[in-house]
Amino acid sequence: MKQTKQLFAGLILMALGLGTAQADYTLNLMKGVTKVSNDIYDLHMLILWICVIIGVGVFGVMFYSIYHHRKSKGHKAAQFHENTTVEIIWTIIPTLILIGMAIPATKTMIELDNVQESDMTIQVTGKQWYWDYKYLNTDIHFESHLDEASEKVHRTVGADPRSVPNYLLSVDRPLVIPVNKKVRFVLTSADVIHSWWVPDLGWKKDANPGFINEAWTSVEKAGTYRGQCTELCGRDHGFMPIVVIAMEQPEYDAWVVKTLEQQKQKPDLSDQSRGQLMAHGESVYLKNCVGCHQINGAGVPGLIPALTGSAIATGKWEGLDGFLRAGTAKMPSFSKLDAKEFAELMTYVRNNLGNKVGDELQPKQTALPEDDD
Amino acid sequence: MSAVVAEHDEHHADDHHGPAKGLLRWIITTNHKDIGTLYLLFALAMFFVGGSMAMVIRAELFEPGLQFVDPAFFNSMTTMHALVMVFGAVMPAFVGLANWQIPLMIGAADMALPRMNNMSFWMLVAGVLLLASTLFMEGGAPNGGWTLYPPLVLQPITVGKALPFAVFSVHLLGISSIMGAINIIATIFNMRAPAMKLMDMPLFVWTWLITAFLLIAVMPVFAGAVTMLLTDKFFHTSFFNAAGGGDPVLYEHIFWFFGHPEVYIMILPTFGVASTIIPVFARKPLFGYASMVWATGAIAFLSFIVWAHHMFTVGMPLAGELYFMYATMLIAVPTGVKVFNWTATMWKGAMSFETPMLFCIAFVVLFTMGGFTGLMMAIAPVDFQYHDTYFIVAHFHYTLVPASIFILMAAGYFWLPKWTGHMYNEKIGQLHFWLSAISVNILFFPQHFLGLAGMPRRIPDYAVQFADWNMISSIGGFIFGASQLLFLYIVIDTIKGGTGEKVTDEVWEDASKHSLEWTLPSPVPYHTWTTPPAMVPTEHVLDTH
Repeated sequence: MKQTKQLFAGLILMALGLGTAQADYTLNLMKGVTKVSNDIYDLHMLILWICVIIGVGVFGVMFYSIYHHRKSKGHKAAQFHENTTVEIIWTIIPTLILIGMAIPATKTMIELDNVQESDMTIQVTGKQWYWDYKYLNTDIHFESHLDEASEKVHRTVGADPRSVPNYLLSVDRPLVIPVNKKVRFVLTSADVIHSWWVPDLGWKKDANPGFINEAWTSVEKAGTYRGQCTELCGRDHGFMPIVVIAMEQPEYDAWVVKTLEQQKQKPDLSDQSRGQLMAHGESVYLKNCVGCHQINGAGVPGLIPALTGSAIATGKWEGLDGFLRAGTAKMPSFSKLDAKEFAELMTYVRNNLGNKVGDELQPKQTALPEDDD
Repeated sequence: MSAVVAEHDEHHADDHHGPAKGLLRWIITTNHKDIGTLYLLFALAMFFVGGSMAMVIRAELFEPGLQFVDPAFFNSMTTMHALVMVFGAVMPAFVGLANWQIPLMIGAADMALPRMNNMSFWMLVAGVLLLASTLFMEGGAPNGGWTLYPPLVLQPITVGKALPFAVFSVHLLGISSIMGAINIIATIFNMRAPAMKLMDMPLFVWTWLITAFLLIAVMPVFAGAVTMLLTDKFFHTSFFNAAGGGDPVLYEHIFWFFGHPEVYIMILPTFGVASTIIPVFARKPLFGYASMVWATGAIAFLSFIVWAHHMFTVGMPLAGELYFMYATMLIAVPTGVKVFNWTATMWKGAMSFETPMLFCIAFVVLFTMGGFTGLMMAIAPVDFQYHDTYFIVAHFHYTLVPASIFILMAAGYFWLPKWTGHMYNEKIGQLHFWLSAISVNILFFPQHFLGLAGMPRRIPDYAVQFADWNMISSIGGFIFGASQLLFLYIVIDTIKGGTGEKVTDEVWEDASKHSLEWTLPSPVPYHTWTTPPAMVPTEHVLDTH
């Protein structure tokens, strides 16, 4: 059936001349890589086939009638207008089908809801417009942003999305989990409502500000699984993907060790050339600022101030530095950035996006006293 | 319209009020037919306004990447498209039909509260214009989705100056709807011809009676919800702000307590029109009149206790998930009864397929498909996959476009000859039908695939594996949009004289056996039923006699 449908779809596409090299579209729900996602897929197919069978029956009767019982064929209208037996039958049979459907659905719902006895917990925080992952009871904590290639293309009118592998579905740092372990997620948000969805895991769950939701997964197959935010969360809602890499236990353990080491490393505060500062600054800007202030620094009239020509951005760098660390009612604090990133970002903002202050800031200048020890 | 004035004299020699002259007629009118016309024309205009916004959406989604609009403006388009279509097009169109048809069908001289009737129309216009004005404001129109979820819609970086205007607009639209609903209830209960018992009423009247109660019950809830948004934003309350002890999910509960009955407000009168038109063209009494009435009541009752199926992934306790799943699945039973009844009405009839009937048949088939996907989504665990994807977009558009919109088209073709005394051009009508029926499927069917394959809704750009179906869907959208211009042409053409053929009083063969309006002259005089009819047609209600 699936093949027939794909063939059919393929024929339509060829007829329209749209067959592209990247047309690895799917027509049906994916089975996914967990037991729950497979159960959900089975439920989906069951209810789909029930609907198809009822549809074929009802529409069959209707089209038989439309074909045979027409005035143009001289058919005389019967005048019946009720039949209690028939009416009772077509009330009771659907009810029985629904009860039959509700039983497996209830089982799967209970399974989906059961977060008990997990092996590990990851806190997922939705933020405009990226995800923040924290492995509870460890020191692993990082942000996951849309990859730079997609970021540049989707902000440029006329750029070709097909030039980017996994356009809009790639991130700079994927979430990594071990296979065959029950991973519990606690989800929340720092600003507006987001929703965390990886179709291969079989579910999505809203991340609500000020509240914590729970969900779980146990991936059976190592691999890379992609998803997206599924609750409208502002202008860049379409640009905060999720990538989960499920690894065999030994690889995962190695990843944990490597990640912990990387996180312990102090940022490199050595001087950089102007070119390096500007190039790195662009990356920091694309990750942290571009969602609001836009790729050209123009902001959004009436909503978000422009950086081009901004008194704060082009004034004394110490003022800009303090402003970024403090944040405002509208803008979050960026004190999470390290001295190196501050130097790069400020150099970029002051000397690009239509600004020409002409200075360059080195990490040593922007380091706070506690960064030195 | 001068013919209307001339004719009314011979029928009601005792009543010499014609309509006021010129433009003032339309501003001060209290005549149910004039107000019905105003509602219908306003709804048609808003259908094209909301439709243009849909064209912007489909143009941006034609290809992956950014082509035409900024993401925030895209979000404004999805938000405004929904608000304009729901509150500016579909609801007013059905109120317009109610205004025209309910008094004619129950043998009443006019609506029970004619001055309030005028006020509810003009308040609607004020409300929609206020909403539309936000498009030209600093920061743009609301762009947090038509559901207006906080905290997004309260965020200064997301919505600029538009929020208070949108909130006040909702208040005006709500007052307008409530007044309209009270008027309809008062008319049906107090103004029926003495010969017409409740269980003699045409189903269109029945479904509107029930819809009116839904409106009165839920519009204040929506008004309350948006007022809380307003006070959270400007008066430092914390209804939906967790930092102040509130809960953003509370808004979702309140919104959908309004929102779910709201979707039935748009579909129950649809059922009523279909139940009115199908028997006429099947030349058979409606099958199961009483069960149709009870099914409508059951659906209306269930609509109040299933709201959280819009929120399965919001983080409810297991018991909540299960309860809302079971309650939602139950809706399939009365809805199934209705579909079976329509099919049985066609069975062994002597059917003919004029444009209104074609639209009705397409409605039954395509609405049922929307019902099937609805049943699929009722299965809570599976909805954890479907939720907020294009599968949902496909589902609710199937229950609104080839359902409510098609039935409004059917109603237009069915009653325009009665209202104007002119026949529409059947050939162009059929062309309009076939273009619409085919393109609506090219438009929305591929969206099922997109949703199942993992495309979230409300995104202006997408991964390239979604490109082909989006392009097909957009092509369908453009054809569908362009086809509707044919309807505009037909409406204007029919008002101006149509085919020139003089229509009979009953217009459609034996229609006068089904409902009272077909016993009046065509075009309908300006004043009708100043004396209630002594007898009412009972063709449609045989099983209760």
